[in-house]
Amino acid sequence: MTVEQFTAPPKTTDKPFPCWSCKGPVAHSTPFCGTCAAVQPPGQADHFSRLGLDVTFDLAERDLDQAYFALQRHLHPDRFAGKSAKEKSLSQQQATAINDAYETLKEPLHRADYLVHLKGMGVFPEGCNLVNDQMLLMESMELREALAEAEVPADVDAITARASEDIKSCIEQLSALFGADDIEGACRLTTRLKYLKKLAEECRARKVKLAAAAKTSNGNIN
Amino acid sequence: MALLQIHEPGATPTPHEGDHNLAVGIDLGTTNSVVAISTDGNPEVLRDDDGRALVPSIVAYAPDGSAIVGGLARTLLLDRPDSVVSSIKRLMGRGIEDVKGLSGTLPFDIEPAVDGETGMVRLNVSGLKLSPVEISADILRALKERAEDHLGHTIDKAVITVPAYFDDAARLATKDAARLANLEVLRLVNEPTAAALAYGLDKAVEGIYAVYDLGGGTFDISILRMEKGVFQVLATGGDAALGGDDFDHAIAEHFLAERASRLGEKALTSAEVKIALMTASLAKECLSSADDGQWMLDVDGQQTNHKLDRATFEGLIANLVERTQDICRSVMADAGVSAPDIKGVVLVGGSTRVPLVRARVADVFEQQPLADINPDEVVAVGAALQAEALTVGSDTLLLDVTPLSLGIETMGGLIEKIITRNTPIPVAKAQEFTTYQDGQTAMIIHAVQGEREMVDQNRSLARFTLRGIPPMTAGAARIRVTYTVDADGLLTVAATEETSGVEAEVAVKPSYGLTEEEMAAMLYDSMKHAKDDMTVRLLAEARVEAGRNIGAVKAALAADGELLDPTERAAIDAVMEHLEAVLGGDDREAINTAAEDMEEATKAFAEKRMDRGIRTALRGVELEALEEGVSKG
Repeated sequence: MTVEQFTAPPKTTDKPFPCWSCKGPVAHSTPFCGTCAAVQPPGQADHFSRLGLDVTFDLAERDLDQAYFALQRHLHPDRFAGKSAKEKSLSQQQATAINDAYETLKEPLHRADYLVHLKGMGVFPEGCNLVNDQMLLMESMELREALAEAEVPADVDAITARASEDIKSCIEQLSALFGADDIEGACRLTTRLKYLKKLAEECRARKVKLAAAAKTSNGNIN
Repeated sequence: MALLQIHEPGATPTPHEGDHNLAVGIDLGTTNSVVAISTDGNPEVLRDDDGRALVPSIVAYAPDGSAIVGGLARTLLLDRPDSVVSSIKRLMGRGIEDVKGLSGTLPFDIEPAVDGETGMVRLNVSGLKLSPVEISADILRALKERAEDHLGHTIDKAVITVPAYFDDAARLATKDAARLANLEVLRLVNEPTAAALAYGLDKAVEGIYAVYDLGGGTFDISILRMEKGVFQVLATGGDAALGGDDFDHAIAEHFLAERASRLGEKALTSAEVKIALMTASLAKECLSSADDGQWMLDVDGQQTNHKLDRATFEGLIANLVERTQDICRSVMADAGVSAPDIKGVVLVGGSTRVPLVRARVADVFEQQPLADINPDEVVAVGAALQAEALTVGSDTLLLDVTPLSLGIETMGGLIEKIITRNTPIPVAKAQEFTTYQDGQTAMIIHAVQGEREMVDQNRSLARFTLRGIPPMTAGAARIRVTYTVDADGLLTVAATEETSGVEAEVAVKPSYGLTEEEMAAMLYDSMKHAKDDMTVRLLAEARVEAGRNIGAVKAALAADGELLDPTERAAIDAVMEHLEAVLGGDDREAINTAAEDMEEATKAFAEKRMDRGIRTALRGVELEALEEGVSKG
């Protein structure tokens, strides 16, 4: 995730701008000129409106995928292979913006981070990171310790299971908080989700490490 | 071809396009290469007179540099091993240091490094010093010729497949090879993705599929979601230096060890290694169906006999196959899927014929892999389908990802990842950095590719310096580094100092690729018509651009023509007719001049259209304001 995603100014104008190809007026945030059908630069838009979706945390994966595929079908560089250099470059910019929006909204953690920012907690331009949450710090230290002490894959599996359970409930609670417009609460929970995700990742790394160690020791016995 | 073609507004009708718009699909493999073409959605693999689709990726050179590619070159491998090159794909985009790591039993005679030089390796073949790019270009020329013979006219466009796990340098080297062979690369497509496209369209499958691609020199595993013509890669992984060649090496080393124990230890000759590898390859193929066999090595007048059964063979390659299993597991985790989520496993690449490979793939994915495709041809078929999609159009959509993370070197040799692996491409990401010394006026940007934390464990892609940073206290400068990866998977790096606007941009190139000068020299050597070719390309571009312009003006006239009085209209019609007339000719200057004239002649019209557009938009806003009962001012 980059800083840029959070500093894009919201779209401010509905005044049309001239199409680079036919020079006629084009409305903002339309990917193609209504007159000559030339592809336009992506312009500024939040990730939700770029994909034509409502601004909500409760995004159906199906709807997100459909919107994403529909746009890429028309804007992906593969559709512009025989076109002029300018059109190729614009299509790459469009496809890049669509990929960025999709990647951000697909993952609940990134979606929450982004939504907190969009809903006005601009004080956290790098996403939610509340390091002063004592409870969270205690919990994460305890789990990390347990993970470090895990000696067999089954131990890691137990922690992984707990982490994914917690991730699930975290996402459910986030949905409720965003629904109630409790952005501060959502930010706190997003921080927690971030820790949990990291823990899940570390579980995976730990398991790979244990498996590798088991393999070498087996090799020695043989 | 239709006599009369009607084009959509904005489409670009170019004269003389016709069949020449055809593009081929090429699977440029480590062991074998295949060329295919698709028309009206029917892909066809191009075969020789004996019905063989596979062109062995083997090149024999005469001292004058002329090349023989394919089966004939392979037969020369035994008689004149010093003038024949095989498996060159393994060296694409690699530097001398990389090759040292691979060395040992490699059948390459590598030119020793010049002091301080870190460029691409060169091989000694028939007294020539050739780079992998030049050798690959010779293979591509042979494939191009096969297609041209088949179609009866020239071919100058292609989709070329590369292993998904190929890094930036190897992708670039492949593109350079195509350029040398006078082929325009419409797109580099990842091999497993091409296979999925061919398989998915053919069998009309939907759901999550794994493509396990074990070729001669590379291994890829991709997990894709396929539905209604969309092929979305969820995650990909692999090993760019693991393939059937390694099985051959394992057997060859076994044979050579037996030979040494019988004949006594001595330094291996390059001929011995090449012949042992060829014999090993035969043994491998044989043991994919038979339980055992016997082979003879006859080199330098000394013969040795070697027995090998399947169990021993499987013992020799077990750890190699296990490596692919580990990668499969990690890619499944990256994709967020587990074995039961996967509806089918598609096997690609000749090395998937080895029974142990099939058994292990079945273990890791908890299901029998699909074996209803030809693993040697499916990649070329996919490439041909994509070539048709790119030239003619298509409803299918390939959404691919970047296989390896892209990062930047920071203090202490650490890596900061800017784009993580499995991010959909095209992609652009930016990150800000700062200076660490007071008055620092330059900064080295070092782009690397890979998953490890330290610089020296990853692949160095490019290094350049951003100069002209105004002297400030440490930490005050704001240097924004942007990584852009295009649809071919190629990286461009740009750096800007934000407070002063000082900029630098590089298309990643130098570390292991050929320099522009080397490329220019080769183009000059290899084709005397390089200049003609350039002229043709520029002419084609001018036509595309002018065609688009005409389409745009026609669309504008159809929409807003009433803004013009008859005289104004006539003036525009006249310049447009002139442009249409010169468009059919071969005079690029005339086309460009006529296009500029039209631009000039339509300026006033464009202003009128914008004025009206803005007035309409404002009126819309006023109306909305009125409707909401809000008074202005």
